[in-house]
Amino acid sequence: MDLIHTANQPIGPFYHFALTPGWETGDNSAGIMAGPDARGERGRVVVRVLDRDGSPVTNAMIELWQADAGGKYNHPADKQEKAPDPAFHGFGRLATDDQGLCVFETVKPGQVQSQAPHINVSVYAPGLLRRAVTRIYFAGDPANESDEILSLVPEDRRPTLLARQGAEAGEWRFDLHLTGPCETVFFDV
Amino acid sequence: MSKSRLDLANQPGYAYEPYHSTAKRAPVKPLIFLPHTLTERTGPVFGDLPIAETEHDLTRQHAGEPLGQRMIVEGRVVDEEGNPLPRTLIEIWQTNAAGRYTHRLDDFRAPLDPNFNGHGRILTDENGKYRFLTIKPGAYPWNNHPNAWRPAHIHFSLFGPSFVSRFMTQMYFEGDPMLAYDPVFLAIPDQAKHRVIASFDLSLTEEKWALGYRFDLVLRGPDATPSED
Repeated sequence: MDLIHTANQPIGPFYHFALTPGWETGDNSAGIMAGPDARGERGRVVVRVLDRDGSPVTNAMIELWQADAGGKYNHPADKQEKAPDPAFHGFGRLATDDQGLCVFETVKPGQVQSQAPHINVSVYAPGLLRRAVTRIYFAGDPANESDEILSLVPEDRRPTLLARQGAEAGEWRFDLHLTGPCETVFFDV
Repeated sequence: MSKSRLDLANQPGYAYEPYHSTAKRAPVKPLIFLPHTLTERTGPVFGDLPIAETEHDLTRQHAGEPLGQRMIVEGRVVDEEGNPLPRTLIEIWQTNAAGRYTHRLDDFRAPLDPNFNGHGRILTDENGKYRFLTIKPGAYPWNNHPNAWRPAHIHFSLFGPSFVSRFMTQMYFEGDPMLAYDPVFLAIPDQAKHRVIASFDLSLTEEKWALGYRFDLVLRGPDATPSED
């Protein structure tokens, strides 16, 4: 049997009450991936979503998926012989605010096998007929130089995948341009 | 087992001119092929999520019953080879019978229903099966073009077994005349349109209680690629 995959359709503008109920009250708890006891280097990942003109996209939804500080995923397909950090959730989901921003509290992921530390990102928004997928890498991490996925990206576009140190300690800022002159690299997964 | 990529011939592209908000939001540069790593072969697991009865019965979330046509939506979630995808999280959301969302930014002049929130969740069972009880959503106007109306639909969000299987769609109704005018639906290639349309099914219909609609979903299965350690 070979079935046609169900077609993707956009999230639409009125999803918050079902998927990100905290948006209504400013409750960011669905973006807290690292509990108080999580191991590793804590940080805030500030994602800003922008459209072709550089205007904020105020009704996007962002999902993050990452390994814990030990480079382990809490999933049966991860057969690495180490235990996942019970105080860490690899998944976070938030809607952007009226500045196009959402803020995740997490830890810097460890290296997964030979890959540099990275976070997988899913983007949904009205006007986006399918999920867009990108990755966040950490600017200045020496492991970026030999990362097998980054090396597949044309060099002039690699900076679109880098989160940069923000003004505050432990703050990583990632601007996600859906399109336009600085269009973020999106992946075919 | 999963195919290694989503077959884009059966999916809407990002840019679709008649759906105007794609103009400023659709990525236009070529996607970079990402060989699957452990990051893509894993994903959030929700199999043990406690989900209350009332989360898949949207008619029992308040003291009173919602207005509208009571409706069962039932189906199976399978991969592209027809294997069931058990314990996968499905989230749905929809308007009430009058076409209004319980969302503060929805300004359609249609009444809210104090007995209807319009969102639900369920985990598929061991055979990939799910069943919601809800009321039939209404059509509603939007600003895409003059006299534009979205056909009645229910939003579906599914996780599946890994990062690559994550996906969202909208379920429409067989025979809805508004489908012919809806650029969101029309963005789907013709040969794939039937998969987002629920069909009336007398065998799912409960006598003197609720109409039955069947809506099966096909998504990516577990990735078979061995991990490169």
